[in-house]
Amino acid sequence: MTAEALAGSKASGVTSGGVPAGGLGRWLVRGALALLVLVWTLPTIGLLVSSFRPQQAVQTSGWWTQITSPLEWTFDSYTTVLDGGMGTAFVNSLAVSIPSTVIPILAAAFAAYAFAWMEFRGREVLFVVFVGLLVVPLQVALTPILRLYSSLGITGEFLAVWLAHTAFGMPLAVYIFRNYIGSLPREVIESAKVDGAGHFQIFWRLIIPLSVPALAAYAIFQFLWVWNDLLVAIVFLGGNREVAVVTQALQNLLGSQGQAWHLLTAGAFITMVVPLIVFFSLQRFFVRGLTAGSVKG
Amino acid sequence: MKLVTALVAIVVGVGGIVVLFWALNAAVDRLLPERWRDKARPWVFIGPAVLIVGIYLLYPAVDTIRRSFMDARSENFVGLDNFDWLATDSSVREIMVNNLLWILVVPAVSVAVGLAVAVLADKLTARWENAAKSLIFLPMAISFVGASTIWGFIYAWRAEGQPQIGLLNAIWVKLGGEPIAWLNQEAYNDFLLMVIMIWLQAGFAMVLLSAAIKNVPEDTIEAARIDGATEIQIFWRVVVPQIRSSIVVVGTTILILVLKVFDIILVTTGGDFGTDVVANRFITELFINRHAGRATALVVFLIVVTIPFMIVNIRRFRAQEAER
Repeated sequence: MTAEALAGSKASGVTSGGVPAGGLGRWLVRGALALLVLVWTLPTIGLLVSSFRPQQAVQTSGWWTQITSPLEWTFDSYTTVLDGGMGTAFVNSLAVSIPSTVIPILAAAFAAYAFAWMEFRGREVLFVVFVGLLVVPLQVALTPILRLYSSLGITGEFLAVWLAHTAFGMPLAVYIFRNYIGSLPREVIESAKVDGAGHFQIFWRLIIPLSVPALAAYAIFQFLWVWNDLLVAIVFLGGNREVAVVTQALQNLLGSQGQAWHLLTAGAFITMVVPLIVFFSLQRFFVRGLTAGSVKG
Repeated sequence: MKLVTALVAIVVGVGGIVVLFWALNAAVDRLLPERWRDKARPWVFIGPAVLIVGIYLLYPAVDTIRRSFMDARSENFVGLDNFDWLATDSSVREIMVNNLLWILVVPAVSVAVGLAVAVLADKLTARWENAAKSLIFLPMAISFVGASTIWGFIYAWRAEGQPQIGLLNAIWVKLGGEPIAWLNQEAYNDFLLMVIMIWLQAGFAMVLLSAAIKNVPEDTIEAARIDGATEIQIFWRVVVPQIRSSIVVVGTTILILVLKVFDIILVTTGGDFGTDVVANRFITELFINRHAGRATALVVFLIVVTIPFMIVNIRRFRAQEAER
């Protein structure tokens, strides 16, 4: 679809989704969506309200009663959580999460391209193995890998966690990218080959730009999984407070203060900030025609 | 200081992987004779992924299969004893039924909600679309500890007469009912736990399906509209067929997450009241009952369950290759 045609359909009063403006249908769409969004958001609103309530109130009355007694608002939970060493943990979480997102995406994209567009022996068998490994729970890997790490002496290093997250995210990334990269039209790759480009150039100059929506989508999820992970961090970073990530900091906070559910509410909100920033900054890549336009001309 | 160390770590990690691929490719070009290059290059592309998955997943998986034929401490071979236990134990039968319910309900409902939001939001202006999608996505940003706290505020139970702090019971009591300990009700507590998973995963389905819908060429929709198709017909006959492969991918991904789900159960009911599932039982067998043989047999069972889905996916990939 050309830019002119797109501009034309906009000008004739058609919304981005292509539905004619006005009418009952539009209100049905809005109503259904509003209901879904309300149901989905209500639990989180409960958490948000609770995070501003005193400990006593959280445990004795429903969060919705807060709205009728506005005197009880407090920042206590937030100050307690922030004083508990969340700053360092934030930096550590970034140092863990960013490479743990970029490394598997790049390695998986290369592998997916090879599975989709290169000929080599054992291609199908290897791919079956990758898909099969999707279901292996990462718990089975913890003990053998921990043994390997202690013989290499890298437990408690960022590298240990990067590689673990890379491996655990890899089968899904290969699976999703293989699906996406494999559906790109053959002509695009063939014509680049005719122009004398090798696989390496085709990958960087064509495949990566064309795959941005899939890469961005996967990046969001891999980042979220790593950011919110507690299990891998506990096992491979260990008890070293210098490198503890936010989920560990949150857990330590709980450990030192007993059953402090009211602190969890504030902590959950503080740790949510970064994933939301990632989501909003990557969301703009899901634009209509980003790939269709360049492929289909 | 801390910030600098972290920054260096990020640059080293991200730069390292780029340099690795570049160096491997350059090595193939410079060091190998021409006739070997085409044979070696696929292994440059695939090598790092294969190596890391081999060490971190394939080796432990093979080891798991080996140990599923051994005793509690993985010392002696016991033949099929663990699988015999798997097939005959009544508590295992119960968790398998639960897992089956999870497999049937969660991927389907998550995909349906995700697709509904993606399609409906696509009809709004960009600003409202982003607002609606962000709110559905919100649960994905919450750590598991946070999610369990949130649902605690929904399902909480207090004895009759006391103020209810759980939303569900507050509504129920207001309607004249007696407070119910929701998560103890064996008839439907599985579904209440599934709601948590669906709440967490619908955002995932929505993001990927929304991206797919936006890649459906506008002219195919426009052509159908000119032919007089209604919006509902356009959705089922034009949009859905074109995003089918995305639906399969999203459904499969959620299915796999469902097979591995243990933390929701561990934190809420601990597997009591008939809510246990295979992945949680694996943790119980391995770390509490200390029976490595039975634990690994459960994982082998999970792997076997997914074979049909693997076949479907591989067929689809073959069809994709034949098509182009």
